[in-house]
Amino acid sequence: MSGRFVRVAEKGRRTFEIVIDGRRALAAAGDTLMVALLTSQQDLRDSEFGDGRRAGFCVMGACQDCWVWTEDGERVRACTTPAVEGMSIVTRLSQAGEGVWPRL
Amino acid sequence: MAATVIVIGAGPAGVRAAEALVEAGLRPVVIDEGRRDGGQIYRRQPEGFTRTYDALYGTEAERARALHEAFDALRPNIDYVPDTLVWNVAPNSVHMVSGTRHRELGFDALIVCSGATDRLMPVPGWHHAGTYSLGGAQVALKSQGCAIGSRVVMMGTGPLLYLVAAQYVKAGATVSAVLDTSTFAQRLRALPQLLAIPSTLKKGIALMKVLKDARVPVHRGITPVEIRGTPEHGVQGVRVKLADGAMLEVECDAVALGYHLRSETQLADLAGCEFRFDQALQQWLPVADEDGRSNVKGVYLAGDGARVRGADAAERAGRLAALAAMKDIGMISNEDEANKLRIQLGRFTRFAAGLRAAFPWPARFAATLPDETIVCRCEAISAGELRRVVNDMGAKEANRAKAFSRVGMGRCQGRFCAHAGAEVIAAEARVPLEAVGRLRGQAPVKPLPMALAPHQDMETSE
Repeated sequence: MSGRFVRVAEKGRRTFEIVIDGRRALAAAGDTLMVALLTSQQDLRDSEFGDGRRAGFCVMGACQDCWVWTEDGERVRACTTPAVEGMSIVTRLSQAGEGVWPRL
Repeated sequence: MAATVIVIGAGPAGVRAAEALVEAGLRPVVIDEGRRDGGQIYRRQPEGFTRTYDALYGTEAERARALHEAFDALRPNIDYVPDTLVWNVAPNSVHMVSGTRHRELGFDALIVCSGATDRLMPVPGWHHAGTYSLGGAQVALKSQGCAIGSRVVMMGTGPLLYLVAAQYVKAGATVSAVLDTSTFAQRLRALPQLLAIPSTLKKGIALMKVLKDARVPVHRGITPVEIRGTPEHGVQGVRVKLADGAMLEVECDAVALGYHLRSETQLADLAGCEFRFDQALQQWLPVADEDGRSNVKGVYLAGDGARVRGADAAERAGRLAALAAMKDIGMISNEDEANKLRIQLGRFTRFAAGLRAAFPWPARFAATLPDETIVCRCEAISAGELRRVVNDMGAKEANRAKAFSRVGMGRCQGRFCAHAGAEVIAAEARVPLEAVGRLRGQAPVKPLPMALAPHQDMETSE
């Protein structure tokens, strides 16, 4: 799957693996989680209100439209969280643990 | 004991405020949400990134460098608390959280330099993956070396529209079109006010040349019709009506959208500051005198968070607010410097008025948004639903309409929907925007982790 974000600078960085929905992907040292996710796929979460996939919006911690889950159920804001080697991220609402998200 | 002064924000206003306090012998606490100083405009790239100041900040390279160096020099003399959200302001104390660690800190004076975010007007399809705010598109490039897509359309209006487009072009990203809702005639009429700061006007003209040289199509006086896309695959194109009435469709996989900036005023609200409707801005802003004093004793407001006038003005406003705070707590004040700063700020105020006239907020679009357009991105609430609560439930006031429709109740707490939502209500109820009122600020100003630990393990860094 190709990414949404395009790296146009700082391309020589050390890379490491993370896991997105059970699939391995490469991130670069200094990436935010948002960039690590969106350079390997098109989106990073489901809207809870049925209008489709989302890929963040404000990129500065204000809109909260880039929340994803770690595999153990912790909720993190992808645009302000650094990507760390070995992270395992869940982007599908259906895969996130029941009760992790407020279901309205 | 020396007074405790807290500065919130380490952007241009916050850094210069802290600098003035340190010069006077105080040791301020500087609390910032960012991992590094600089704010949004002079945001520093992560450690280990190698782009030069010229590459990162273009014409603003020297200002960015000066601000970063000033902050580095301050570090031994301030208590710097990065990566920390101030989520509430109580009388004479702030509540902050870093990760899951919580702490309360008292103050004698509080200088709020909370900055600004993009001002948004919805357009059908703006909820599709691949639509970003213009500021967000800039952060992706500046801080992470990424373009938001492989073919990007920049749409909206304001100085950021052209700045971000030019920065993308220079970085080698593909800008498929720049679509501006304001017209060249509006720009010309604003010229006398824009001449208040000729150097900035000149930089703006240079940006246009970058786009022209790169043969980026630029259309002015457009009306956005739709961001085309699908729920599964996101953005596929943009459809607009051109000034001559013809329809234009541009294929793209990302859109950067924004209509200038809006002040982040939640903390001023929680501090109890009085708000007034600014007719020129058509926005509710906290009341402050020209030095940044609010109506709440000990609370000062500076930079774009108080009034959007740009980074150069923010540096001066930050310093001026610090001088005012020190004067009010009985320290010797430098009236000569304060006077100079006030005169300089006057020019920035005129320039900001020029920018508003050159790139006006397109309030008229709110009335004609199709009912199915999502206004609240957080909870996917449509313009039609908002109109329904106005008509069926008589909710013509912002907080009442929020209670019924939930527009403004989502995770962004109205940052990206409140202004346009109020315009939709005003148009539907046929009342002036001012009569709709404003959404009351609520703590926490951003969502908090569910489990918070007490403060003892949260340390300030030297």
